[in-house]
Amino acid sequence: MSHENPETIADQAREWLAEYIVKKDDLKPKDRLAIPSQEMPAQDPIERGKNLDEVALGFTMEQARLEALRCLQCKKNTCVDDCPVAIDIPGFIKHIADGDMQAAADTIKESSLLPSICGRVCPQETQCQEHCKVGMALKDIDKGVGIGRLERFVADWERATGNIRVPEVKPATGKKVAVVGSGPAGLVVAADVRREGHDVTIFEAFHKMGGVMRYGIPEFRLPNEIIDQEIDTLNKMGVKFQTNYVVGRTRKLTDLIDKDGFDAVFVGTGAGLPYFMGIEGENLVGVFSANEYLTRANLMKAFDKKESNTPIYESKKVAVLGGGNVAMDAARMALRLGAEKVYVVYRRTEKEMPARNEEIEHAKEEGIEFHFLRNPKRILGTEDGRVKAMEVLKYELGEPDDSGRRRPVVIEGSEFMMEVDTVLVSIGNGSNPLISQTTPDMSVNKWGNIKVDEKQKSSINKIYAGGDIVLGAATVILAMGEGRRAAKAINEQLANELAVQSN
Amino acid sequence: MSRIIHKEQLSKDVFLMRLEAPLIAEERKAGQFIILQTDEDLGERIPLTIADADEDEGSITIIFQVVGKSTNDLSHLNKGDDIPVLVGPLGMPTHIENFGTVVCVGGGIGVAPLHPIAQALKKAGNKVITIIGARNKDLIILEDKMKEIADEFIVCTDDGSYGRKALVTEPLKEICKREEKPNMAIAIGPPVMMKFCAETTRPYEVFTQVSLNTIMVDGTGMCGGCRVNVGGEVKFVCVDGPEFDGHKVDFDNMMMRLNSYKDFEKKKAHECNLELEVAKKEAEL
Repeated sequence: MSHENPETIADQAREWLAEYIVKKDDLKPKDRLAIPSQEMPAQDPIERGKNLDEVALGFTMEQARLEALRCLQCKKNTCVDDCPVAIDIPGFIKHIADGDMQAAADTIKESSLLPSICGRVCPQETQCQEHCKVGMALKDIDKGVGIGRLERFVADWERATGNIRVPEVKPATGKKVAVVGSGPAGLVVAADVRREGHDVTIFEAFHKMGGVMRYGIPEFRLPNEIIDQEIDTLNKMGVKFQTNYVVGRTRKLTDLIDKDGFDAVFVGTGAGLPYFMGIEGENLVGVFSANEYLTRANLMKAFDKKESNTPIYESKKVAVLGGGNVAMDAARMALRLGAEKVYVVYRRTEKEMPARNEEIEHAKEEGIEFHFLRNPKRILGTEDGRVKAMEVLKYELGEPDDSGRRRPVVIEGSEFMMEVDTVLVSIGNGSNPLISQTTPDMSVNKWGNIKVDEKQKSSINKIYAGGDIVLGAATVILAMGEGRRAAKAINEQLANELAVQSN
Repeated sequence: MSRIIHKEQLSKDVFLMRLEAPLIAEERKAGQFIILQTDEDLGERIPLTIADADEDEGSITIIFQVVGKSTNDLSHLNKGDDIPVLVGPLGMPTHIENFGTVVCVGGGIGVAPLHPIAQALKKAGNKVITIIGARNKDLIILEDKMKEIADEFIVCTDDGSYGRKALVTEPLKEICKREEKPNMAIAIGPPVMMKFCAETTRPYEVFTQVSLNTIMVDGTGMCGGCRVNVGGEVKFVCVDGPEFDGHKVDFDNMMMRLNSYKDFEKKKAHECNLELEVAKKEAEL
């Protein structure tokens, strides 16, 4: 995959669509498989390395309809089974092929309230798109129907109309629900619970809403304006927001129920303390967790070096440790902040990288260098304690480990030096300690993640949890799936209570 | 959002503010801190220890020294102004019990966070010996308040302009040498002062607690910017601290890390000095 001019992509799509649209109702599966799969138009790789604007530009109308025509409308739709929120995927795609975008938007919204976010950041290739028959027939998952891209197209189309339909809210029930954390899990719970007529307040520790979508995922992947718009929809539904409020500290979790009269609480506090490698030199100046680096750049606006009062480290040569989406975000952010060289250092190979293919490809196009089967041994500093180099060991792949991936094995004596001034550590997170520290009755596992039952209910009555605080580091859509399940259980609990009250 | 209900200047660069914050006033305990921003969009997150709280008034007191652009911005806010971002109380409260005799050592602005701790220790029945120190007389703060709760009170300045001419470590050493050795020491102040207090008490095996004010972003255990090496382990000041065993803290590394952004801070301070000069010139014209 290499970068193609968006105009060329658009022109081609226009031509192809003209050819196929006239016979759209007579297309045989063989014909559909022959329709070229649509590339996502993107900003020029060199240009985008200097700005924070979104990299992926979104399908044109012609591309969307053409891509939608590739869908076989299977009777047994495995794509829906693999979607954590079970969107009627063939249904909305059919509407796009037919040119009825409003119907497509409405279909998605029956299951997902945040399509403009999911369409951008979901790992479709391991979910809906993984078992797409089109991709299977063409023996390439990437050639499956671009479900996420179509979802994004529909959501953006609706946003552009300026007339986003606000979901209907049932009459007030008098029940109050607290949602702790405004990340993807919390937003889904807020929406689903509010729709049933319950009063909902979201408590957020930061000064802005959105959780990891705001502080972690950079604007070049998920623009703030998209998050603002989703929050605005919740606002229009009557959801209340309380920022700068740390549940566990500003108020004990159980006090929300015992003192403040909430009938149920959802805990979606997300990931916590970043892991470090535990190697020599890790506390040198110039070693940061990807979380810190991204939070400074995104939430605290340190990207705007002139206006923001939050500093960000000036780097020339940056090593990013890790192979996940957060590592890709950190590497690409470092580039945008002016680094001359950015290296991703990963101890396995490209195949084992947990990051999405699209992110890896984008990073490569932008000039980020990947060093596979490499892992740092120690970080070396200057006299005043600033990073100057990293000693790195070479690895080879051995037998598969517990995760099924081949275990990287160190090659003894393979040490070499890598000259860097900044190291961004992106090897995952522990759980957020605040709730468990201040809520002694809450059952957590040995990693500090909250234990829940199949309905997302915690060990404390009326308290539910979901997202990274339960799963460890996962994805936006898995958090949303958990939020959906928790909301269902909360709505059931409250409906039962209301039924008892009226008897 | 939080309204400033009182402001006073304690010394040239040190200010005290009482802020409307009923929930924080209700929940806070000695040793905890808040984070504030003077601008919701572009402001820096400034961690400050809570110096006092008044539950009835629903207010907390902060005391801060102007050290850079952000604290300078804060010092220009006045009574009646709103602070757009205020969150807390954060960190673990100080563990308070009757230890016996406790030496409380406060250096410069560090006297502010020390005050509520000394107060709580006194209330728990401890004999409180207080040492406060600063570079010169102008930088001594909260003298009366500290004196009020001390069984024994020593004030010293580096230049001898007030009280005893000594560093705080001098009287601290004398106290450690006494026949009746103190059961514990608490030192709060500039990192280098805390480091040397810990070194002073180490040979006497007097447990010495320090309160660290590191670089911090979220303050809730997400970013890891505040990490310090304590007894060979990585600890996070925002959720494991801010108080640690001073004999185990790697102060040299911490001081190095505090300088991470010194170039940026210098540049910002320079810019804000320029702005002040321009404003002055404009006022003159």
